[in-house]
Amino acid sequence: MKKFSWLLVILLATVPTLALAAGAVEGGSKQATNWSAIGMFVGFVALTLVITYWAAKRTASAADFYSAGGGITGFQNGLAIAGDYMSAASFLGISGLVYTSGYDGLIYSVGWLVGWPIVTFLIAEQLRNLGKFTFADVTSFRLGQTEIRILAACGSLVTVAFYLIAQMVGAGKLIQLLFGLDYWIAVVLVGGLMMIYVTFGGMKATTWVQIIKAVLLLSGATFMAGAVLYKFGFSPEALFTKATEVHPKKLAIMEPGSLISNPLSAISLGLALMFGTAGLPHILMRFFTVKDAQAARKSVFYATGFIGYFYILTFIIGFGAITLVSTDAAFLDGAILEKTKSGIAAIKGGSNMAAIHLANAVGGNLFLGFISAVAFATILAVVSGLALAGASSISHDLYGMVIKGGNANEQDEIRVSKIATLVLGVLAIILGIVFENQNVAFMVGLAFAIAASCNFPVLVMSIFWRGLTTRGAVIGGFLGLISAVVGVVLSPAVWEVTLGFAKGSAPIKLDNPALFSMALAFAGIWLFSILDRSKRAAMDRDGFNAQYVRSQTGIGAASATTH
Amino acid sequence: MSNLAQIERDPNYQELVRRRSSLGWMLSLIMLVIYFGFILLVAYAPKFLGIPLGSGVTTIGIPIGLSVIVLAFVLTGIYVRQANSSYDVLIRKIVEENRS
Repeated sequence: MKKFSWLLVILLATVPTLALAAGAVEGGSKQATNWSAIGMFVGFVALTLVITYWAAKRTASAADFYSAGGGITGFQNGLAIAGDYMSAASFLGISGLVYTSGYDGLIYSVGWLVGWPIVTFLIAEQLRNLGKFTFADVTSFRLGQTEIRILAACGSLVTVAFYLIAQMVGAGKLIQLLFGLDYWIAVVLVGGLMMIYVTFGGMKATTWVQIIKAVLLLSGATFMAGAVLYKFGFSPEALFTKATEVHPKKLAIMEPGSLISNPLSAISLGLALMFGTAGLPHILMRFFTVKDAQAARKSVFYATGFIGYFYILTFIIGFGAITLVSTDAAFLDGAILEKTKSGIAAIKGGSNMAAIHLANAVGGNLFLGFISAVAFATILAVVSGLALAGASSISHDLYGMVIKGGNANEQDEIRVSKIATLVLGVLAIILGIVFENQNVAFMVGLAFAIAASCNFPVLVMSIFWRGLTTRGAVIGGFLGLISAVVGVVLSPAVWEVTLGFAKGSAPIKLDNPALFSMALAFAGIWLFSILDRSKRAAMDRDGFNAQYVRSQTGIGAASATTH
Repeated sequence: MSNLAQIERDPNYQELVRRRSSLGWMLSLIMLVIYFGFILLVAYAPKFLGIPLGSGVTTIGIPIGLSVIVLAFVLTGIYVRQANSSYDVLIRKIVEENRS
């Protein structure tokens, strides 16, 4: 592992870069050099690089690379899944949403959680019993390998791409604010570290980065929510009373507000969030890192607990920020405060900074540094998970199964996935810079809509419906994928806000297309399957019994530790 | 899998499939009803969620929203408990009986 020593060089090289860049903007910027944050961030990166080094020495086979050799326990995997799911967007975004609109933030939290029970009841165990490395292993179990793998790879890569761009842009903006770094340096740093974790350490390193990050994030958020409640004698009523007194919307923050204006939009977004979770490739991949179906099922249970607990904390944190941040001149922009007379609107750095300022308010500079470093670590961990899922889809599904027809040399396949990771990393950096000034919030919604309209229907139908045929899955899956993308482009968020057409001119009034794109996918899968009289279709249906027995009992399932 | 037909005839297997799928789909349906019930309240009856609890400012919407989160966790727990205590036992029996 001589190659590895250059990692330390990179690490050492980033320290002065961080310090210099931070110092350079100090004069003109609102954000002072955040030394404790930089120190803790460097500490986190050093720790994760040591883990990557350790993991790299133990990553020899494809099973090590894609699924950490199946040696992760249910509890560890629960933390890792929670780590993959609790992005900086959900921590800073939801607490920021609670800060500006109160109750509306809770509606989002609920939506991001309710997909998990569905994953437990219908997907987790079956996935573990049928698959090996990617969810396409499951959908192609009895269906035509080539077509299904291509479909799954398209669904995965498009989902990963949109999610990744949104994370990169968010990362750049956030780090600019937190550390005082230039936007492009931040994006390059995130992309570079992500490439190191994934190419050297594979799933093992990625998993441990997720676990550490999840523990840090959960403990930081617990401390913050605890400190807020402590100030109000552990009485939520006292906290809410104070918040309604200082917030310009007064009592309106205690009920649903402007977030949901159109009921159909609300239902459509709800569908995307609920079923998108069960179609996210980087999440589905996590079920192959555990030993068996029982561990897979336990891991979702732990993950649901951690994620639910975390969202309840963000709600308290958002209200804490209303009472402690919007009333403290230190966190407010004087000029905006002068103009709007609202502490909420005047928050320095925008509403996404609510949780960060609250950290300063309750825990001082050192804790501010801790939370800033955790927010950065969060982005790193999430992009690593995404990159690994995208790379696996290219190397395992496209290269290994489609191009090499399942006869790929294992070492070649690993090499392809490392190259794919590097390409994805460079692409993510370039797109992150290109999209700097775009509104990217819709991209996460789009990623969920595609996962819900392409990956999820094909996956769930292949597991449960005997009548599914290759043709039906391919046509229905692509219908879902294409209609989701088209639906987003024609939605108000993109048509009016991003593309700049007149207000009210969007051809589709739904902000999220899942309602019709999911329906189209399921209808297409059903119709083209029942109309399918081909020889292949007969084979597809005949294979169902064997698949079903294995999905239920695990008999014949790939044992995770040996391949 | 040469003993496929044998497993399918196994009463333990039939019991496993029947119990697992009825519980899985039933809990999924409950989750759907709870969540979309909540979303429909948000969309069509926001004022209902804004009714204060007692004389304070805490509204009825807060416990309702939080209980959707807690219920999601509880339902998952019910499934996992059931699966750990009975499905795994059945699966072990099926594996034992059909070892060829």
